[in-house]
Amino acid sequence: MNLLIKGGRVIDPSQEIDDMMDVLVENGRVKELGKGLAAAAGVEIIDAAGKYVVPGLIDMHVHLRDPGLEYKEDIVSGTKAAVAGGFTSVCCMPNTKPVNDNKAVASYIINKAKTEGLCNVFPIGSITYGLSGDRMSEMGELKESGCVAVSDDGRPVINSELMMRSLQYAAGIGIMVISHAEELELVGEGVMNEGFTSTELGLKGIPRVAEDIATVRETLLAEYTGTSIHIAHVSTKGSVRIIREAKARGVKVTCETAPHYFSLTDDAVRGYNTNAKMNPPLREAADVAAIKEGLKDGTIDVIATDHAPHHQDEKDVEFNVAMNGIIGLETSLPLSLCLVDEGVLTLNQLVEKMSCNPSNILGLNRASLKTGSIADITLIDPKFEWIVEADKLASKSKNSPWLSQKLTGSAAATIVGGKVVYKR
Amino acid sequence: MAEFKHKHIIALRDLSKEDIELLISTAENMREINSRDIKKVPTLRGKTIINLFYEASTRTRTSFEIAGKRLSADTVNITPSSSSATKGETLADTALNLLAMKPDIIVMRHAVSGAHYFLANKVNCSIINAGDGAHEHPSQGLLDLLTMKDRYGRLDGLKVAIVGDITHSRVARSNIQGLTKLGSKVYLAGPPTMVPPGVEKLGDVTVCATMDEALQDADVVMMLRIQQERQGKTLMPNAREYSRYFGLNPQNIKLAKPNAMIMHPGPINRGVEMSTSVVDGDQSWILKQVENGVAVRMAMLYHVCGGELE
Repeated sequence: MNLLIKGGRVIDPSQEIDDMMDVLVENGRVKELGKGLAAAAGVEIIDAAGKYVVPGLIDMHVHLRDPGLEYKEDIVSGTKAAVAGGFTSVCCMPNTKPVNDNKAVASYIINKAKTEGLCNVFPIGSITYGLSGDRMSEMGELKESGCVAVSDDGRPVINSELMMRSLQYAAGIGIMVISHAEELELVGEGVMNEGFTSTELGLKGIPRVAEDIATVRETLLAEYTGTSIHIAHVSTKGSVRIIREAKARGVKVTCETAPHYFSLTDDAVRGYNTNAKMNPPLREAADVAAIKEGLKDGTIDVIATDHAPHHQDEKDVEFNVAMNGIIGLETSLPLSLCLVDEGVLTLNQLVEKMSCNPSNILGLNRASLKTGSIADITLIDPKFEWIVEADKLASKSKNSPWLSQKLTGSAAATIVGGKVVYKR
Repeated sequence: MAEFKHKHIIALRDLSKEDIELLISTAENMREINSRDIKKVPTLRGKTIINLFYEASTRTRTSFEIAGKRLSADTVNITPSSSSATKGETLADTALNLLAMKPDIIVMRHAVSGAHYFLANKVNCSIINAGDGAHEHPSQGLLDLLTMKDRYGRLDGLKVAIVGDITHSRVARSNIQGLTKLGSKVYLAGPPTMVPPGVEKLGDVTVCATMDEALQDADVVMMLRIQQERQGKTLMPNAREYSRYFGLNPQNIKLAKPNAMIMHPGPINRGVEMSTSVVDGDQSWILKQVENGVAVRMAMLYHVCGGELE
């Protein structure tokens, strides 16, 4: 099926395009960009008036829970949520059961995504075998199997020597290392950010410095070894400053933040709301401001959701007992569009952080509407108002802090490899 | 007379000044019952109260049980060792099962802060908090207020020093809420490892650099239990050094006002946070606190049931 996307505002940072144009898609690839393109017979026309037409969004940090934890999410439901949120590609973290530390698991994910999934799924393998933190996984085989990065997301590699060697070894293989930067001794039994709110609620706090100190270690290890590192889910003003300074020194560090870290503070925990419990935890207003500043000045390269589905039974419990994490695929776009409304980002920068940069960091070779590119395209309706309702979310899990709230902006259509996989 | 509109009592933070004054004045009335020869009134006859204690307690559980019985309610005690908690049943399931037996009030102590709000959303009976994590212990806060009122005849304009592990203390939080609402000032002292961030914003609270500073001209000195079980190993060197800087003794109590009252929520570590001579001395109101606990809990049970005094 060939497509002609007509009358939209095309924003393609890879070609520095921001103009009203049509996009012609043929045989799964972009055939032509231009004004007033005519449709040949048999071409499906998509009216994009009032919409943004951008390279398909990429979420480089999700948990699809498949294999092993399918009661929370699986590749089918997770990719359904992804395309509903405007994502044409997602990168899934390896903390499945079994852990994605070998070819069999990586291949299973890739094959299931190809046959049953709705968007591209690029698996991320583990840095250490079984996420054990004591020896490297076979990164070469993981890369050959299709993994686009390695990460022990959910926990840091505690042993600094092993982390340093992993960075060196991964650089040799040519695979990116994504760090979950956290000093576990400082996290202790903490369940939310340490601050006034934790004091008032009587909940054990996690100090910001638990993240900052680990971010320092990672940037120093990357600097010392001359390797690349990507820091996941940056949440503190300290981490933003540390990464900004490291970048200025020439350290090959990139990083991401998640929509909740620029949209919410730890006030959201009040009422012991377990849908505001995640790791790293929601921080304070000064951190939110620093995250926005980091997005604006380019310190933060990527917006990724850390989509972390959990079953109701794991969230509808006492606060300390509740699992960490929230779903994010279906709310990321409207929350991120707020940054454009607030003047934090230009639309072009937003597309870079949600598509081009993750593609470049992981070498995905997507995120472009140049002629000949794979036709992964997202149509965004920036004005569409909708209410987040549990029974309308595609994700199997409903652990969102935005339930019952009104959001503005959504995907109007999601096109993967030239095929319309989602249309609102 | 003011009306008590709350179905649950989970935190003094949720109550108004008037609510707190009403509970205290009801408790004052209840005390008369406790001094009778036959210490029983039919006020809550036919009501069922479940005391669900997930954490160990002697004073609070006994006090709630006696309070219920003196009001003629049927009281049942459940502790984790004799319940399904050890079999892995969730709090929600335990509560729903108990609820099926139609209690009117569940009095719960739980190690997780906020567990009572979670429970209150699941059940249709009243919930009374007998202590949740490091959050609040409203019945203790109320009995402390009643005891202060016994001594001073008022609860405004008092200078109250609270000394010890503030971070892990639900007693401190309930007292800060209650005292601030009633117009008294709180002065906190403890090792910086035990003073949580932003605590001065909880109310009319001053964080003092030393214990001496907090004790200066205090009307009330409230010592907190050093809770070894909650502190891990990193918050202080040992009990000996703690006692040296944050223990109440016959010397430093002289910094407070003459005949200032000394309080402690119990159980006491004698020789750690307080020397024995202070615990047993003339200024100690510790046993009066315990005595007042029964009356305060009678008032709480009475008001969440919304009944009338005979």
